[in-house]
Amino acid sequence: MSTAIDIRSVVKRYGTTTALHSVGFEIGDNEFFTLLGPSGCGKTTLLRCIAGFEDVSEGQILLFGQDIAGLEPNLRPVNTVFQQYALFPHLSVIDNVAFGLKMKGMALDARRARAGKMLEMVHLSAFADRMPAQLSGGQQQRVALARALAPEPKVLLLDEPLSALDLKLRQAMRVELKSLQEQTGITFVFVTHDQEEALTMSDRIAVMSQGRVQQIGTARDIYEGPVNRFVADFIGETNLMEVDVTAISDGMADVILPGGHALRCPAAATTPGRHHLSIRPERVSLADGGEVTATVERVVYLGTDVQVMTRLPGGVPLSLRVQNSARIAIPAPGASVSLHLEEGAARLLAD
Amino acid sequence: MKGVRHYPGFLGITIACLVVLYAPLIVVTIYSFNDSNSITSWGGFSWRWYADVFTGPEADRFAAAAWNSITIAFLAATASTAIAVAAALAMIRGGRFKGKSATYALINLPLLVPEIVTAVATLIFFSTIGLTTGYLTILIAHITFCIPFAYLPIAARLSGIEETYEQAARDLYATRAQAFWLILLPLLMPGVISGYLLAFIISLDDFIITNFVKGAGMETLPTAIFGSVKQGIKPNIMAISTLMLAVSVLFVTLSYLVNRIGQKTRT
Ligand SMILES: Nc1ncnc2c1ncn2[C@@H]1O[C@H](COP(=O)(O)OP(=O)(O)OP(=O)(O)O)[C@@H](O)[C@H]1O
Ligand SMILES: [Mg+2]
Repeated sequence: MSTAIDIRSVVKRYGTTTALHSVGFEIGDNEFFTLLGPSGCGKTTLLRCIAGFEDVSEGQILLFGQDIAGLEPNLRPVNTVFQQYALFPHLSVIDNVAFGLKMKGMALDARRARAGKMLEMVHLSAFADRMPAQLSGGQQQRVALARALAPEPKVLLLDEPLSALDLKLRQAMRVELKSLQEQTGITFVFVTHDQEEALTMSDRIAVMSQGRVQQIGTARDIYEGPVNRFVADFIGETNLMEVDVTAISDGMADVILPGGHALRCPAAATTPGRHHLSIRPERVSLADGGEVTATVERVVYLGTDVQVMTRLPGGVPLSLRVQNSARIAIPAPGASVSLHLEEGAARLLAD
Repeated sequence: MKGVRHYPGFLGITIACLVVLYAPLIVVTIYSFNDSNSITSWGGFSWRWYADVFTGPEADRFAAAAWNSITIAFLAATASTAIAVAAALAMIRGGRFKGKSATYALINLPLLVPEIVTAVATLIFFSTIGLTTGYLTILIAHITFCIPFAYLPIAARLSGIEETYEQAARDLYATRAQAFWLILLPLLMPGVISGYLLAFIISLDDFIITNFVKGAGMETLPTAIFGSVKQGIKPNIMAISTLMLAVSVLFVTLSYLVNRIGQKTRT
């Protein structure tokens, strides 16, 4: 896989605040790459640096091997779907979609035909002559997508494009976006703070926090092998607890759980001592004769699942998810239960 | 909450203000249709003073003055609007630059400085640099004092337009110039038109500064009217005043309507 975007130690400062601290990674050609992180972590800033609306303070960005420092936005083969769509309010839908083609010098008939095709692709052919203000949020979002895709950019940047949509539409658009990316073969850089969105669509995800990339990997890599507390906590649900580590070798650690049970699990940390352990609630089960004993504190009914909140000896909380099935008896608060940690339930974090 | 109407004396004060403000205008308008030579007693309805404005003994003088007024207003409004657009772009889209607050003050200062001071200063300035007073000096002065009036609606509109539209255009391969002409300017248009109309009416209406810098033999409508009034008020003055009032009301209304349409198209 060749590299579409090579981000090399990019630092971006606004006055005294630093929005990006030495961010560096590569995005492959044809990849669906997601930047995931909480509000204010620098996702938009990084996109704006790639699009050319901001200059980087330090470092370099290479687009297909070419350093794009100082290149005006209109000279970059990159298009953006803006967070608030930014459809031109005085132009009709078709003229919005054809705008990029017009700027590239395409003749009227040709660009109208291509814009029409793009509208067909996003199922909006019937709306070609409407003004943007006459469309619903979801329709505007699709026009913004068609407008950005029409000039056939090599890279498409999408800044939380689904955040303004309701749940049903958002789920439908996820599928559409993903298949669109596969059809066109364009590299997508997708920004979101919604972990579910990131997990379901991306080839790879970069988890960001406070201007730093915390971890890069596939959805499975990141969910099942978080390197630090931030990632483990941000992606999905987890139990975090401090544990003693007696030995680490070959990426496996021997840890002592609160209550004294010894456990061997994968580790991101490399030195023994006191570290944080992440235990995924859905990998813990109620089992007679399980290796860990705990006391049930609260039971929360979630529909398909039941969340059982327990405390280990020493008062350390551990919650688990049990399928809501007739075959499984849900214990009552106050009961003492024994628990089984499945393969991959626990992982020792680096910090 | 109690409405403002419930404050004691509200109605009386309101009526008093409205009467003081508008009664003279209404009287002048009514008496411009008076069929008598007197300006105080009613002699029946007639268009005769309007006919007098266009064909009477002073018609040529008024025509020349009107021509000057209209061409100066047109040129001054055009130039000051162009300058105001550039100034608004620098102030609102130009990021931070040294002396920004000073520039802001400078743009709006003419609104605060007493007009008579500006008039005297402008005259002194022209004579210092050796420019003979006449059409050109009036035009320069008008361009200058029209700038803040054109600037205000344009700047207000511009600060309501998000920068992402221009960025979206740039992202879609538009040059800076294309992003301005194809995207920003159309979005800015309600502000530009509103500013232009205001500048036009302010120029058309100006008396004090014009009177100082116009030079001998050069008249605009306000100075011509003032000249006639000095020899005693004839009803034809009321007719010409009413005409100017009509033009002003028309322009201000247009400016208001354009702004309102603009608010509706704001996204
Ligand atoms: N023009 C600017 N001037 C100063 N600080 C800025 C500017 N733009 C962004 N920042 C700061 O940089 C940091 C990163 O902002 P950014 O917009 O990239 O966050 P984000 O990850 O996109 O957040 P969100 O999910 O809320 O959109 C924030 O702390 C923000 O306050
Ligand atoms: Mg953002």
